[in-house]
Amino acid sequence: MDIKTHQPTVPPTPAAPAPAAPRDKRAARGATRPGDRIFLGLSRGSGIFVLALMAAIAVFLTYRASIALSENEANFFTSFEWNPSGVPPKFGVAVLAFGTVVSSIIAMAIAVPIAVGIALFITHYAPRRLGGPIAYVIDLLAAVPSIVYGLWGALVLVPHLEGLYGWLDDYLGWTGVFEWNDGAPRSLFTVGILLAIMILPIITNVSREVFRQVPRMHEEAALALGATRWEVIRMSVLPFGRSGVISASMLGLGRALGETMAVAMVLSSSFDINASLLDTGGGTFAQNIASKFNEATVTGRDALIASGLVLFVITLLVNGAARMIIARRKEYSGANA
Amino acid sequence: MTHATLSPQRSSLRGATLPKWFAWAVAAGSVVAGLGISAAAGLHSDIQWALIAALLFVFGSYGISAKVEGRRQARDRTATSLVWVAFILAVIPLASLVWETLKRGVKVLDGYFLTHSMGVVADTEPGGGIYHAILGTLQQVGLATLISVPVGVLTAIYLVEYGRGRLAKAVTFFVDVMTGIPSIVAGLFILSLWILILDMGYSGFAGAMALSILMIPVVVRSTEEMLKLVPNELREASLALGVPKWRTILKVVLPTSIGGITTGIMLAIARITGETAPVLLLVWGTNFINSNPFSDPQASLPMYIYLQYANSGGYGAAYDRAWAAALTLIAFIMILNLVARGIARWKAPKTGR
Repeated sequence: MDIKTHQPTVPPTPAAPAPAAPRDKRAARGATRPGDRIFLGLSRGSGIFVLALMAAIAVFLTYRASIALSENEANFFTSFEWNPSGVPPKFGVAVLAFGTVVSSIIAMAIAVPIAVGIALFITHYAPRRLGGPIAYVIDLLAAVPSIVYGLWGALVLVPHLEGLYGWLDDYLGWTGVFEWNDGAPRSLFTVGILLAIMILPIITNVSREVFRQVPRMHEEAALALGATRWEVIRMSVLPFGRSGVISASMLGLGRALGETMAVAMVLSSSFDINASLLDTGGGTFAQNIASKFNEATVTGRDALIASGLVLFVITLLVNGAARMIIARRKEYSGANA
Repeated sequence: MTHATLSPQRSSLRGATLPKWFAWAVAAGSVVAGLGISAAAGLHSDIQWALIAALLFVFGSYGISAKVEGRRQARDRTATSLVWVAFILAVIPLASLVWETLKRGVKVLDGYFLTHSMGVVADTEPGGGIYHAILGTLQQVGLATLISVPVGVLTAIYLVEYGRGRLAKAVTFFVDVMTGIPSIVAGLFILSLWILILDMGYSGFAGAMALSILMIPVVVRSTEEMLKLVPNELREASLALGVPKWRTILKVVLPTSIGGITTGIMLAIARITGETAPVLLLVWGTNFINSNPFSDPQASLPMYIYLQYANSGGYGAAYDRAWAAALTLIAFIMILNLVARGIARWKAPKTGR
């Protein structure tokens, strides 16, 4: 395809002497006009401001957290208690860490396969005329605010889940993980389902971008060998898109970890850990901050900030890892999804 | 390798294939069977018969296709049906979300609702409105935009026009990481700095600062993408005429990409308008109109939804208001989105000649 009449490239202005390299850098910089210097200063200043902002977030959260931790009488990482206004104050994030991890795992387990499925549907299965509009609608759904998902989850999803809960209890109750004691279905499992619905659009969008960039030649080569559509996807699309799907999932995970309002509205929280996913109780970092904030005393607020710092570090690690994977492949980025 | 055996009767190179209506027939069959089974077993949930039907469809089509067409084709059919199932599974909740918000939101949404505050209307009574919340949201988001747009656009200009070396790399990386900061953490940061350390009160401005932390990275990323699309020839032409670099950026680069930048900013606004958590921590909320964002608690639309839900005491009036506010919020965000995308299409920068 790339056959062109090849003309020898003419070296640029061979007659003119090569531009003299600035003898010394300071001399070149001295020639810049004051307007240039101001503008450069402003824009570089903004860049530095962004870095300083990140640093300030870490510093101030750590500072307030250290105040709380110095008063804490219980082990911050293993204690099951949350009583920062007690005498002496005792609080720990074990329950929150458990709830955050469990609900995120459930969300990922549901959302990733479905999102990859939708991405494949849009790029490879849907009729061409449908693909565009569907992608557009999913783009729009990514913009629905989490508070609306929360309202929907609490008033529409929760009542609809009773049937599913009963069914899981009937057939999988013996495992202990899916035992249901007829409480309202406002458990970590429901939170996981809601989070899955919320992170579907972003995982779908990023995966779709990746699948769209699969070299056409790879697919055509597979087709020419007589592969079925599924074999084309398995042999050329999925291997190409694997790192993209991983980073898309991690972006989704970052969002699930930090989701606040939807979880606070759906979960009926308490400070204990249940063996069964279907029992109410538990909590997540973000949900706990939102629910406990109103009644918190000064120490209580600092304790919440300490738990927020843990969340900050976790999301930083997850997002950093996702960005590293994306950065290795510069062509696409999830930030504009 | 398994391959379809050629039947001796037919002198065709292709194996037997099922007709095109096969998938539809199996789908219809499994829906009927699913409904039948759940009716017979006395199951009530919609989820259950749909699940039974989906399983029947996947296994049914695999079985029949494996018999007739061979295992490779059957596997292809299974993959196709799984992809379709994934799509339908995702569409159901998303469609339900939109439908329920529309259906329940229009109940109390009228001119009165939009132009009156809650005032002294108790959360359990009907009446009241969202004027105070709309006002608060507009002011907070406006302030956040005023802070984030200059910082974000200038940072993007630095990254594209000047940025070389380690500082630019660090800024790029941390802007990317910043997009992933949970909104509640941004709220906690302003809380610890502004309210706990500097001892300022709850106000709309405090919320706006937290919102701008969430908005800056989005503005930087989208502006960066747009500036990169501006053809280098334009810059070179301007510089060759002796125009200083800063005037080149202001008069040539920015006007060329202004459509895309506006789109990015509007999408960023749409994104922070729905943020609840930082507003909850920093603006506190009120039922009265407070038109001064710099002192005393304000209301905001997302927080209004949350408070109506949380303080409803299970009464319908508060739920109705929450849904109506949710519909208003979604409508606002969707309009912003659609207009932004319209601008993007209308003013797309012309790459190349």
